[in-house]
Amino acid sequence: MSDTVHLQAPLPTGSVGKLANGWFGMIALVATEGALFAYLLFSYFYFDVQYGRSWLPDPLPAFRLSGPNTAILVVSSLTMVWAERAARRGANGRAALGIALSFVLGLVFVGIQLMEWKDKTFNYASSSYGSLYFLITGFHMAHVVAGLLVLAALLAWTLLGYFDARRHAPVSIGALYWHFVDVVWLCVFFSLYVTPHLR
Amino acid sequence: MAVTGYERVLHVEEQGYSTEHARRLEEMWESKPGLRGFLSSVDHKEIGIRYLVTAFGFLIVGGVEALIMRVQLARPNQALLTPEQYDQLFSMHGITMIFLYALPVLSGFSNYLFPLVLGARDMAFPRLNAYSYWIYLASGIFMYASLVMGLAPNDGWFSYVPYALKAYNPGPNLDFYALGMVFYGISTTVGSVNFVVTFLRMRAPGMSINRVPILTWGTLTASVGNLFAVPSVSLAFLMMWTDRQFGTHFFTQDSGGQPLLWQHLFWMFAHPWVYVVVLPAMGLVSDALPFFCRRPLVGYTVVVLATVTTMVLGFGVWLHHMFATGLPFIALSFFSAASFVITIPSAVAVFAWIATIWTGRPVITTAFLFFAGFIAMFVVGGVSGVMTAAVPVDRQLTDTYFVVAHIHYVLIGINLFAVMGALYVWLPKMTGRLLSERLGRWNFWTVLIGFNLGFFPMHILGLMGMPRRVYTYEADLGWGTLNLVTSAGSFLLAIGILLLLVNIAMSLSNGVPAGDNPWDAPTLEWATPSPPPPYNFPVVPMVASRHPLWEERLGETEAGHSELLRGPLLADGKEALATSGLDAQPEAILKMPEDSYAPFVVTLAMSVGFTGLLLHEWWVAGAGGLGVLAGALVWLWPEASLGQKAEREA
Repeated sequence: MSDTVHLQAPLPTGSVGKLANGWFGMIALVATEGALFAYLLFSYFYFDVQYGRSWLPDPLPAFRLSGPNTAILVVSSLTMVWAERAARRGANGRAALGIALSFVLGLVFVGIQLMEWKDKTFNYASSSYGSLYFLITGFHMAHVVAGLLVLAALLAWTLLGYFDARRHAPVSIGALYWHFVDVVWLCVFFSLYVTPHLR
Repeated sequence: MAVTGYERVLHVEEQGYSTEHARRLEEMWESKPGLRGFLSSVDHKEIGIRYLVTAFGFLIVGGVEALIMRVQLARPNQALLTPEQYDQLFSMHGITMIFLYALPVLSGFSNYLFPLVLGARDMAFPRLNAYSYWIYLASGIFMYASLVMGLAPNDGWFSYVPYALKAYNPGPNLDFYALGMVFYGISTTVGSVNFVVTFLRMRAPGMSINRVPILTWGTLTASVGNLFAVPSVSLAFLMMWTDRQFGTHFFTQDSGGQPLLWQHLFWMFAHPWVYVVVLPAMGLVSDALPFFCRRPLVGYTVVVLATVTTMVLGFGVWLHHMFATGLPFIALSFFSAASFVITIPSAVAVFAWIATIWTGRPVITTAFLFFAGFIAMFVVGGVSGVMTAAVPVDRQLTDTYFVVAHIHYVLIGINLFAVMGALYVWLPKMTGRLLSERLGRWNFWTVLIGFNLGFFPMHILGLMGMPRRVYTYEADLGWGTLNLVTSAGSFLLAIGILLLLVNIAMSLSNGVPAGDNPWDAPTLEWATPSPPPPYNFPVVPMVASRHPLWEERLGETEAGHSELLRGPLLADGKEALATSGLDAQPEAILKMPEDSYAPFVVTLAMSVGFTGLLLHEWWVAGAGGLGVLAGALVWLWPEASLGQKAEREA
């Protein structure tokens, strides 16, 4: 037989953490979703470069709501890191708590973002800036909502006792998605809220 | 199914295809008979064949559309079609061939062949695989529903704005296309995810990354390309739809819209797409041409590197579709240069194939003829591509029949010729019966002559100034003769394709049995019976070289000998082996899903959703969305039999 293949060691069976195909599938999904946001931000800067300051709304996007909201989303990622670590140790109670915290913080983010939308003096049909602002933040919002559904399922499965120290791949995979939603927000936030003040 | 432990040592044994063990595997892996099996099967071979059949169905429909147009254009001042009908036909022809035929036909081969050439029992995500097919079918039907109603897309496959906006195109034609493409993009994306993960995770132990068959490299590269390219077009079509329906201002001329942004987003997708629909075909040729040259491919490593390089560069040349839009000179120069550079990796592959033929002992089969024709047509299409890469030449040729000739030499030459050759090679594996070589010769020569007769004159028509997409022309322009030749050639090409279908039908009814390995080929799929059983391999093969079935005669045994019938059994339910990404060492025993209705049901719900969006029936769209969510929840619910749940004491 081929002397290059090692067959003696016991192999994990089934869906195991970062050996699960689902983990790789999620990385691929994150890559393609990341590309989607790259094209969205490309479009944003395409307009920005063509028109300059006159294209941006007056007043420029403010940090009053968006700043704290960004912090909330970052914290929800940290609680998810904590939840995933707990899941890896088989501490289902702490894992459920962490997931629940992330879920609630995500929900708060959605609420504040809705207020932010309501405060805008323009809408999606008033100009290309309005169209893009609502498209980009809307796409992000859709991803947050999808993430909340994922977190809800993970919370239910954790509470049902489906996971232990060896079987928790869905938690790791869901956490990766949630972190992605968070990182994308940082890119959106930097592009839509920070760069207008840098010119 | 009893729950197994968290880990176990692989049990290695010698087993064949007619043992008790194989019979048990067959029972585990086979789909149910009848409609239930049809709707729930996740077998990659079944799905692959469905992809091929459906793609050929679309090829025939798209071909008939082309023939109708060729009748209209055969003589000056014809009135077979109204301008509107002509617009719909050329738009649907492009959409059909580029989206509904060119990639899906290659996905068919890849789906069928990936697990077989990699020594696996199925794809990484069998249910996602079925889902990808169903979405492809549903989105194809969605887009074709428009033609049935006489409301088909009518601004060409790249649907430039502002023509495509509501003010100039008020009907639902473009909405079918816009939503249909977002829908179709889901199929391409999940299919691509599946190929990438299968390539990285499902290779037979020992099949390190420098030993995989090249066709998987082609599909891997195209799939990674898709992951980064498809979002661009899905986004662009979504923006077009909201511009049309909700008054947004992405592409409008007023309120700060930018019509040119449409072209950027479209071509940032569509240029990479050109490589997406040829690289897997080039991979099929790189693998199968050596079967008939009786030697390994010359320059495996450089061909792989050229494949990857082509895709990467393919993301940096989109602007050459926009040379005539008044962009700054510096941008034109840069993208013109990049377009010249991209010919280098393409040429590498061409020279590798020529060297393989030159230094081999070619056996002239029909498949070989198609591959040789493929190389020749690739060169013609490549040269006309180099010509249009030069900005001044492109300015002259843009929107003329020269461009039409170019795209057809590329798509028919590099895709269809490869596909037809590949059918002669691999159809016997799928059906167990050979195609007729005698009819095959007729098939090949009719296609080659018909194709060149039909498309070469278009170069000249383009140089004479005939614009593309005109529904007729005046007699005194002097385009009549060449158009007549073109029309005659296109009918000859159609007869050639008909001969292929006749050949397939005759082979299915009374073809010569193929046996396991009719071509004496070197790769793993030829070690299985034709057609292969549902489980593919009785044991997981262990691979020690690039050519497992040729390694003795090639002396490729430095790393030991490949073992095809002695290896890990993996028979505790549906199981597969996950191996590491680079050197393919065993890493985990995967539990594979049973057949499932979820992919079909989710596709149905999604079709309802998209139909709701099209009709502005928001509650229908919402119901479809809820259906998708519910289906996804059932699909993803952790199952003990898949090793996704913690184990309990009995």
